[in-house]
Amino acid sequence: MTPISRNADLYLPVRPGTDLALYMGILHVVLRDRLENREFINTHTTGFEQVTESVRPWDPRTVAEKTGVPPESIERAAHLFAKAERAIVLHARGVEHQSKGVENCLALINLCLATGQIGREGAGCAMITGQGNGQGGREHGQKCDQLPGQRSINDSEARAHTARVWGISPDEIPQAGYSAVEIMEAIHRGEIKALLSCCFNPLVSLPDANFTQAALKKLEFFGVVDFFMSETAHFADVVLAGSLQEEEEGIGCTAEGRVIHIQKAVDPPGNAKGDSWIYCELAKRLGKGKYFPYATTREIYDELREASRGGHADYFGITYEKIDKYMGIFWPCPSLDHPGTPRLFEDGHSFHPDGKHHFIVTEWRESGDPVSDDYPVYLTTGRVVGQYLSGTQTRRIGALLDSYPNPRLEIHPRLAEQYGLAEGDWVTITSRRSEITLQALVVRTIRPDSVFIPYHWPGDRSANRLTHRTLDPRSKIPEFKVSACRLRKADGPPDWAQKPGGLTAAVAKERA
Amino acid sequence: MHGYEFYVDPSRCIGCQSCVNACEECETHRGHSMINFDFIDRRGTTATAAYVCWHCEEPTCARVCPADAIKKGEDGIVHSSLKPRCIGCSNCVLACPFGIPKIFPEYEQMMKCDMCYDRTSVGKRPMCATVCPSQALSYVRPEEIARRREKPASVFYFGKQRVVTQVHMMVPADTKSIPLDVLDHIWEESHAVLPQTQ
Repeated sequence: MTPISRNADLYLPVRPGTDLALYMGILHVVLRDRLENREFINTHTTGFEQVTESVRPWDPRTVAEKTGVPPESIERAAHLFAKAERAIVLHARGVEHQSKGVENCLALINLCLATGQIGREGAGCAMITGQGNGQGGREHGQKCDQLPGQRSINDSEARAHTARVWGISPDEIPQAGYSAVEIMEAIHRGEIKALLSCCFNPLVSLPDANFTQAALKKLEFFGVVDFFMSETAHFADVVLAGSLQEEEEGIGCTAEGRVIHIQKAVDPPGNAKGDSWIYCELAKRLGKGKYFPYATTREIYDELREASRGGHADYFGITYEKIDKYMGIFWPCPSLDHPGTPRLFEDGHSFHPDGKHHFIVTEWRESGDPVSDDYPVYLTTGRVVGQYLSGTQTRRIGALLDSYPNPRLEIHPRLAEQYGLAEGDWVTITSRRSEITLQALVVRTIRPDSVFIPYHWPGDRSANRLTHRTLDPRSKIPEFKVSACRLRKADGPPDWAQKPGGLTAAVAKERA
Repeated sequence: MHGYEFYVDPSRCIGCQSCVNACEECETHRGHSMINFDFIDRRGTTATAAYVCWHCEEPTCARVCPADAIKKGEDGIVHSSLKPRCIGCSNCVLACPFGIPKIFPEYEQMMKCDMCYDRTSVGKRPMCATVCPSQALSYVRPEEIARRREKPASVFYFGKQRVVTQVHMMVPADTKSIPLDVLDHIWEESHAVLPQTQ
């Protein structure tokens, strides 16, 4: 139960990894009780019949058994959502960090489409991205199967357009590359021998941390661009000191699709440099300097505007002047006199070529790391409010560490009793990958069949030593939210607890 | 002040303690936060609450001060104790129904939230309200707060003591005052639950 859910009119305490069943169950009730918006469905969508058929088996009773959510809560959720004048779906990592994360999102979109809750003020389906410019990055080729403007690298038209903007031939653009976890697997296979990593701390943030550590050791060359020495940077052959957000001026995009201007407040200290300067200099030294002729970050952005032109995330009309004047502009903004698009799909048309919203059938499948007799407890990982991502920035700030110095195992009193655990006891959590020992935080705000560990810490405190590498087949996002584990009361505090703060040093020592 | 009012809404608090840290950075009391921050009952709930001083119309802290060291300004702001007068007796700490004043033995002085008087007296917002990411602490105009589902209340009953405050607590719309006496909630008449004395 989060600070959001404690305020909710209705809280659905879903069992880890069963969200899809819940959403299909809610749609089942919507259709059973004839709460769907027929006019919207007939005018603006395709595929409704197939989805109707696919949710037929997911009656509230069946869903309750799968998800642990009471049938009456499922019915109430369906009625609240469908009958609301305006209803919006906001989701974050809980829904996406699963081996069926894409299905989860599609099922939520199906729900919005069936009830016509989209393309109006206060309605829609929105993903709240979790990082500064997490939205902007994914729109413009941060993942190596993308090109700017939310285009696919496999699309020959997109390749031709992008190559024209970049002044190269389409053949010079590589084919789709690997996602983060796949990169680690490719290193193990010997397929990738050198890696340049930017503002990335995979030793903490990727699942199966021991596997990641072994991969980093295998690299023939490892370069890191980061603003602090992360745990990962200790494995690098070369570390280039980059810049924090406040040390470099530039453009970002918020979770709502608003393109904003981030002003530089201070210079990078010491030998640190602005990130874009670093990449331009690297390009020069690799003999490709003529493709990186930028004197300012604005010139880089102006090229991006051209590159994104005509794509879904079209930034062409979003100039520095307009961003500053209007406190940000929403994409798509296809021309210089276009005001931007604060809300997508208001005209009833989707991005699909036929202009319709597509219902897409979602199929249930089990988690990649199912609970069993040996590993009977669900482990889910996530965040605490005082720490940010892999903690590279926030584990250096005393006041934030004071508020939550070490990860603790959140466990319900009923489960704690089974293992003879009291508040503050040391408990060893073992998954099919590894084990770590943490203190128990006994709370009634978690399901009794599940435990939670925040993931911001490295080494022997790393929740991601326990998680597994099963990916969603389409998004390639790992299943951080669902693992299986077993618990046992530890004899006493583990090594890490006896030498506080010594962990970064320990990693460095191991590397040496 | 300057048309702004302070509103506290614990239901919006996410426990990030940005307010605590921002307050600590103030030049006038660096290292000491004047925010009262609570995990209500972590075992049973994720609820957290951050409070500033409520700046009472008739401040209990000032009434119990034997040295007349606690002053309320004409603008309603109740200030930290006056250093030359404060004897560090902690009467105010014990008497405040909200538990706001803090005694600092190293200075032999009581200090408390003065709603960032250096800022608010010139029309700026208090630091805590500027950093709160969820507007659990808000310093806005009344017409802005009127758009929220919860409504402001500023009358508290601590048993028989009626306290009217300048800072508002956001409560469900039909709530007029906040009684904090169990007798107001139980079914029996108050005399019925008291043990009969001879």
